[in-house]
Amino acid sequence: MTIGLRIAFLPLTDAAVLVAARERGFAEEEGIALDLVRTTSWATLRDRLVYGQVQGAHMLAPLAVAVTLGLSQQPAPLAAPYKLNVNGNMLVMACDFAKALEPVIANRLADPLGTAHDFAAAIGLWRRKPVIGVVHRFSGHAIMLRYWLASAGVDPDRDVVLRVLPPSLTVEAMHAGEIDGFIAGEPWGSAAVEAGLAEAVAIGERIWRRGVEKVLAFRESWLEENPQAVDRLLRALVRAAAWCDDPAHRDDLANLLARPDYVDQPAYLIERALSGGIVARAGEPPIVSPDFMLFGREATPFPWRSQALWIYSQLVLWGMVDHDPATATRAGAVFRPDIFRRALADSNVPMPGASMKLEGAVASPLAVGSRRGELTLGPDSFFDKRVFDPERIEEFLAGFAPLR
Amino acid sequence: MRIVIIDDSGLRASVLEEGLHEAGYDDIHIVPPRGGFVARLERMAPDVVLMDLGSPSRDTLEEMLTVSRALARPIAMFVDQSDEAMIGAAIDAGVSAYVVDGLRKERVKPVLELAVRRFNAFAKIQSELDEARSALSDRKVIDRAKSILMNQRSLSEQDAYALLRTAAMNQGKKIVEVAQALITASDLLGGGL
Repeated sequence: MTIGLRIAFLPLTDAAVLVAARERGFAEEEGIALDLVRTTSWATLRDRLVYGQVQGAHMLAPLAVAVTLGLSQQPAPLAAPYKLNVNGNMLVMACDFAKALEPVIANRLADPLGTAHDFAAAIGLWRRKPVIGVVHRFSGHAIMLRYWLASAGVDPDRDVVLRVLPPSLTVEAMHAGEIDGFIAGEPWGSAAVEAGLAEAVAIGERIWRRGVEKVLAFRESWLEENPQAVDRLLRALVRAAAWCDDPAHRDDLANLLARPDYVDQPAYLIERALSGGIVARAGEPPIVSPDFMLFGREATPFPWRSQALWIYSQLVLWGMVDHDPATATRAGAVFRPDIFRRALADSNVPMPGASMKLEGAVASPLAVGSRRGELTLGPDSFFDKRVFDPERIEEFLAGFAPLR
Repeated sequence: MRIVIIDDSGLRASVLEEGLHEAGYDDIHIVPPRGGFVARLERMAPDVVLMDLGSPSRDTLEEMLTVSRALARPIAMFVDQSDEAMIGAAIDAGVSAYVVDGLRKERVKPVLELAVRRFNAFAKIQSELDEARSALSDRKVIDRAKSILMNQRSLSEQDAYALLRTAAMNQGKKIVEVAQALITASDLLGGGL
């Protein structure tokens, strides 16, 4: 029997796995009629999920944690049994602002720590506090930007203005001079570069080499009541993700995403993030970052609890939630490796043996304990070499010097 | 009670404003979500903010509601979380409402109900307008196909239309589809017109 599912998404390249699952038959093979609901703000995506207009959503991982903790309008326990991607973000700044930074962009992107310090100096040279667009307070982008700025002593709440605006309005806002730069998921950074309005300053993959980005989120109660639908969808998504990672399908995928009912941007811009060939300044040859965005390899979809806890630690760090062990447990429980394991029990997907790991501890590809098949984890280090131990959150937090 | 309507569509905002006026509310302001709309809104200190659920600027508004020091009281979506039917109707209609803390739900509910009715009425007008537009363009296509037939086969207008209709019935298609196919074929064959 076919199960109908409605999933809300935002027009972004990292909706790819959902789009491929629908358009290339992976959902249908599992008996799922997948209906993708295009949405233009994270607030509306959240409301459609929380109030039951859709069963699932392509959601910013920190937003899933925030809604569960009651930090974003109506509190609702959410559950994320699947990560749709890691990485895929880019910080771009107006060309004028970027003049104060390392001029050779390949060097600039390769050295985020040096660039953060250059950025701190550039703030002093700018005629006012730079206004940086972020897509949401509870986004991987905003969290990574804060983490990166703070490393150079920049207080993101005092030394710059963070302005929230949806990805699809970023380029327009750059054009109108309302913002001096922004960090967002692709293809929006590339669109601003292509328009000659901005150039790349940092890419997410160099700040945290395996940065958690979008998850597939459900209401927890719905997830518990519909195991069959969830398991079938997860099996379809794992196969769609492998398809998306395969370079042979890149053109097809870019053209699919370019359609007006999905991202509605030119295929050649979308293709940049998929191939990792990022044009950092208009007219220059692409800089290749093979890990710019990952969908399926290295068990990318596996929702490590430690990653939900890392997100939680950052919310605590910026005073968005008060730390206590019960809250930490609730935040960690948003990621559901148990459901992922159940859904893919009979598949040949390599399955990590553990549900938590040290985040940032893998410096070069590492073979790890897996219940089945070979699993190699790619490097997941943070640019500042910190390691997050999910069992020792207090110690980790104490390691950050207070900015104020 | 001060009500601010944030809407990209000036027409829908007017339709809503008019309804609220008729219902006796007189402190109503319309703010388009462009440029520095958040600062304007902050100065207005509204009790209720009504916004199109489909507006991409909702994230910007919510951020302001979270961080603003100018607003004395927090604002939450939907004043009565237990009223699921109301919330469902609002979301179906595409209305999001932000209400200051402490405002009694009996005072807010009529505003929300009115917004839902007006949003639905507006959506109906819009779809009727779209239908009328497409009917008009269908008519133009059929007229052109008729004149091709009249010229090429020396038919009267009535006979040309009858021919199109018969072809459509035989092929199980709409008349406009057959007309479009005829125009395309005629263009390809250099039939002109």
